[in-house]
Amino acid sequence: MRAPNVLRTLAFRIVLIYLVVFALSATAIVAFTYWNTGRALDAQTDQANETEVASLSEHYERFGLGGLSDAIANRSIHGGPELYLLVDTQQRPIAGNLDAWPETSAAGGDLVEFDYERRVGSGSERRRARGRIFALTGGFQLLVARDVYERHETERYFTTTLPWSVGLVVLLGVLGGALISRSFVKRLDSINRTSREIMAGDLSRRLPMGKSGDEFDVLAANLNRMLDRTERLMRGMRDVTDSIAHDLRTPLNRLRNRLEGALHTIDMGRGATGELEAAIEESDRLIATFNALLLIAEAEAGVAREAMAPVDLPGVVEGVAELYAPLADDKGVALAIAPGGAATIRGNGSLISQALANLIDNAIKYTPSGGKVKVAVEDRPAGVALSVSDSGPGIPAEDRARVLERFVRLEASRNSPGTGLGLSLVAAVARLHDAQFELADNRPGLKATLLFTGSAIRALPPPVHPRPFKAG
Amino acid sequence: MRILVVEDDLEAQRYLVNGLKEAGHVVDDAADGDTGLTLALSRPYDVAIIDRMLPKMDGLRLVEEIREHGNSTPVLFLSALSEVDDRVKGLKAGGDDYLTKPYAFVELLARIDALMRRRHPSAVKTRLQVGDLELDLLTRTAKRNSSAIDLQPREFRLLEYLMRHAGQVVTRTMLLESVWEYHFDPQTNVIDVHISRLRAKIDKGFEAPLLHTVRGAGYMIRARA
Repeated sequence: MRAPNVLRTLAFRIVLIYLVVFALSATAIVAFTYWNTGRALDAQTDQANETEVASLSEHYERFGLGGLSDAIANRSIHGGPELYLLVDTQQRPIAGNLDAWPETSAAGGDLVEFDYERRVGSGSERRRARGRIFALTGGFQLLVARDVYERHETERYFTTTLPWSVGLVVLLGVLGGALISRSFVKRLDSINRTSREIMAGDLSRRLPMGKSGDEFDVLAANLNRMLDRTERLMRGMRDVTDSIAHDLRTPLNRLRNRLEGALHTIDMGRGATGELEAAIEESDRLIATFNALLLIAEAEAGVAREAMAPVDLPGVVEGVAELYAPLADDKGVALAIAPGGAATIRGNGSLISQALANLIDNAIKYTPSGGKVKVAVEDRPAGVALSVSDSGPGIPAEDRARVLERFVRLEASRNSPGTGLGLSLVAAVARLHDAQFELADNRPGLKATLLFTGSAIRALPPPVHPRPFKAG
Repeated sequence: MRILVVEDDLEAQRYLVNGLKEAGHVVDDAADGDTGLTLALSRPYDVAIIDRMLPKMDGLRLVEEIREHGNSTPVLFLSALSEVDDRVKGLKAGGDDYLTKPYAFVELLARIDALMRRRHPSAVKTRLQVGDLELDLLTRTAKRNSSAIDLQPREFRLLEYLMRHAGQVVTRTMLLESVWEYHFDPQTNVIDVHISRLRAKIDKGFEAPLLHTVRGAGYMIRARA
């Protein structure tokens, strides 16, 4: 999944398309050149034959059959590419360097092509020739031709070599394409890797820049400028939450302590004491809200990322469930842990415990007496799932995304205690761990699932499964 | 008790010092790490309350210096940062407890009270007793007025912690941290439910209750004075 297949990259596809176009055009150009050259060579041959025929026919007219035979015999002695054959009306040879009238095939007009036997040393070989037949007065026929063996050999070489050449072009092209795409992939991969790290919360990372100033460098520079801006904005937001923490939490706490001091030192009437206690509780709730907000901000900013360590999920479940067991019991809600195997993930144990506590707290709060709350850890193919399901009223599908926002409380729960930040914190913890947080219908009730995938489970050594003992 | 306060936020320092004085302690204060170190090494203190972020020498370094000089004064760190690893760093540097700002003053008092007691531990105890309630730490059994009380392991730890701090206010946060080892605010006060269960086991049917709720602070176990 991580190392992208070179063959599936855009760069490789572009190279491949170009290669097809290139191979086709190269083949077309070579074929045209071949055809044209062939035509020119044929024309040259025909021209030479024409001249021979003209000169021989002139001989015939001037010196008669004897003169023509002499001329043919004379010219045949050279053993050059020229071929002659003069036959009578019964096609019996009279003169020439061909033994018999060959079987000819028409090659346009009165041009013919034929194969003939040529003596080479002691044996003979079959060769091709091209020429024309000239009818002389008196029923005689004169065949004047030239050997085109060389040209035919070249043609044969060419037609056998062409597919190999095309194959070689394609092979070299594919290799070149793979090389080019690999260098593209390498650069894109470094951009992608950095992007993933940034998405995971490390906003200080920047994309690597080359020195050439090419398109990739321009892209990286632009993205880096964008990241600078995002980081500034994020830091601004963090500064604001820190200011809230410092400027509001501290005086709020002093207020609380003053109230407490007053409660201890001043001897008041019963009514006033009750009011003071209520005021202290109120300020405690406010402080808790601030603390929760700050914790969410910290989790979202990825600050707690450094505290990542192996977390034994069933252990976390057991601990938190034990903490909440009496609360569930008092309410008449059955809190159960589904049996499951070992599952260790990489994460922030304290934040995961808190998220789970919020989920169990909610489930108990909204499940009516006699209901059930089930906590489960499952090792799924997609990752490790931590889920809390209840048999309460659930959350309507259209509200499920909304309840994850800060301070959102549904109408039905307005009157129960809580800050309205519980699920927002769970969502923030999920984001910190790259986990998917999903609210689903438990029919009836709500099923909240944290699915840990990717970095939360990847960095761990594979679990050691006890090997079954083999008998025998 | 003599307490050293090292805190650079002067308003917070004044508030802290006044509160401690009102509670009957003798307090020295310093506003930076250097002065804090000089004071810590020149006089004996029962407890030092040290802010994490200090000018000249930060709180962690200060505590490391104090410990390097062989001084074992219990140290309570104060910090505006609430992360778990910060707490761990503070305790590793030689701190004994860690409290994040803002804190409730009762929480601070309860914790320094616990620290000072830890400093003067009576011989290693195998039995704890408050009134007619007895806890045997070896057999992990409890009995009140000679009749055995059946306790779950967690209830036993809860009672043990309360009895070790008998006569002291123990806050819900202290209980959550020490008995359950959680460092977060549960949304609902689950601790109250555990306490009421424990109370039902140890106080029900007896005339004098031992486990008391301290309003606005937490709980305390003590025999009738």
